[in-house]
Amino acid sequence: MRHLIDITDLSVQEIDELIATAEDIMEHPDKYAEACHGKKLATLFFEPSTRTRLSFEAAMLDLGGKTLGFSDAATSSASKGETVGDTVQVISCYADIIAMRHPKEGAPYAAAQVARVPVINAGDGGHNHPTQTLTDLLTIHRERGSLENFTIGFCGDLKFGRTVHSLVSALSRYQGIRFVFISPPELRIPDYVKENTLDPLGLPYEEVESMEESMPQLDILYMTRVQKERFFNEADYLRLRDTYILDPAKLQTAKPEMRILHPLPRVNEITVSVDKDPRACYFKQVANGKFVRMALILKLLEVRV
Amino acid sequence: MNIDSIRNGYVLDHIKAGRSMDIYRYLKLNDLDCSVAIIKNVKSNKMGRKDIIKIDALIDLDLTVLGYIDPGITINIIRDGELLEKKPLELPKKIVNIIHCKNPRCITTSESQLDSIFLLSHKANGKRTYRCAYCDTEHQR
Repeated sequence: MRHLIDITDLSVQEIDELIATAEDIMEHPDKYAEACHGKKLATLFFEPSTRTRLSFEAAMLDLGGKTLGFSDAATSSASKGETVGDTVQVISCYADIIAMRHPKEGAPYAAAQVARVPVINAGDGGHNHPTQTLTDLLTIHRERGSLENFTIGFCGDLKFGRTVHSLVSALSRYQGIRFVFISPPELRIPDYVKENTLDPLGLPYEEVESMEESMPQLDILYMTRVQKERFFNEADYLRLRDTYILDPAKLQTAKPEMRILHPLPRVNEITVSVDKDPRACYFKQVANGKFVRMALILKLLEVRV
Repeated sequence: MNIDSIRNGYVLDHIKAGRSMDIYRYLKLNDLDCSVAIIKNVKSNKMGRKDIIKIDALIDLDLTVLGYIDPGITINIIRDGELLEKKPLELPKKIVNIIHCKNPRCITTSESQLDSIFLLSHKANGKRTYRCAYCDTEHQR
């Protein structure tokens, strides 16, 4: 039995296989429509997340399976003081696979120690969000045809952005990737990402503050939201929130084939007028998320189609 | 100062000066009925000063704990008054319930019944460090 807690739980070969399966599902949805008939997915969301939860549920429904679960800790036994481990052991009696989001970092890892069914980390605080990373990888693969040999710029909150850390970790295992980290000094990529991921592999990267100066060299621009909940001081949040706002004027120097990704939700870091630009891919990303989650469910349930 | 030589037991040598009481506590030597000698600030050519612990019984020693506290310690195993074996230590790959995560956002800080698990991690500068298996936070000694 396998779990997915961290993107590095999957080998490069397994990630490539998941991407291939997701693309096959897109092309031949009928082939997979009953693949999980009789199977149940439990979505245990100890904090709200509309997009991720509905994406998992849509994925299981499109595989012919069923879903059950809760979308708020207040409506679960956690409100009575039940531990994550006990909750998961109980749910293991009802469901074939679990997708868990929890505000505490490491909660899905704790769940995986005692679960009798596969556990998927659907986000644990500011720590990991591996299915968002799979979504990002699938989107890049579909837009570029490959996960090798390109320059990716990460822009915004690179300090607290878990999607950035996971995607850097995943891409570091592919050939020919250059990283450009665009952020204000207060929100720079943490040292441990550089020390543990980039430096040991000798991967090229640069840290800059200007989005405009970096724009012409980028093949992918990965925008992030400055998250209000990560700041203790409202004034700091408001000052940093508006540091980078992507608008059509800033895109004038970008390559025509550059692609813009964002894990969403956005606040104001990408103006609505950019949505019409053919380089904007963030809504395609949402659609891709469902397909890659379908592929992941099939893999962890060991369903062959 | 005279400390009787032991017939069956351990001599923990090359302990960094001042760390012997930490080891005494981690190994729970207080719970033993046998003789235990703690010798502090012994002159050492190699280390300047060192501590030594002698345990007059062949108890089960938790090498994981010792390797974490100080991988430079030498364990001498004594049987029938003779040195049977010198055991070198190394940093353990995994340590359980010895140190605890200080990240307030980590699940182990709110669910205390969970095992506290730390995994050895390598850094680019050659340093080795321990990270919480749950949240990846680096342990600061």
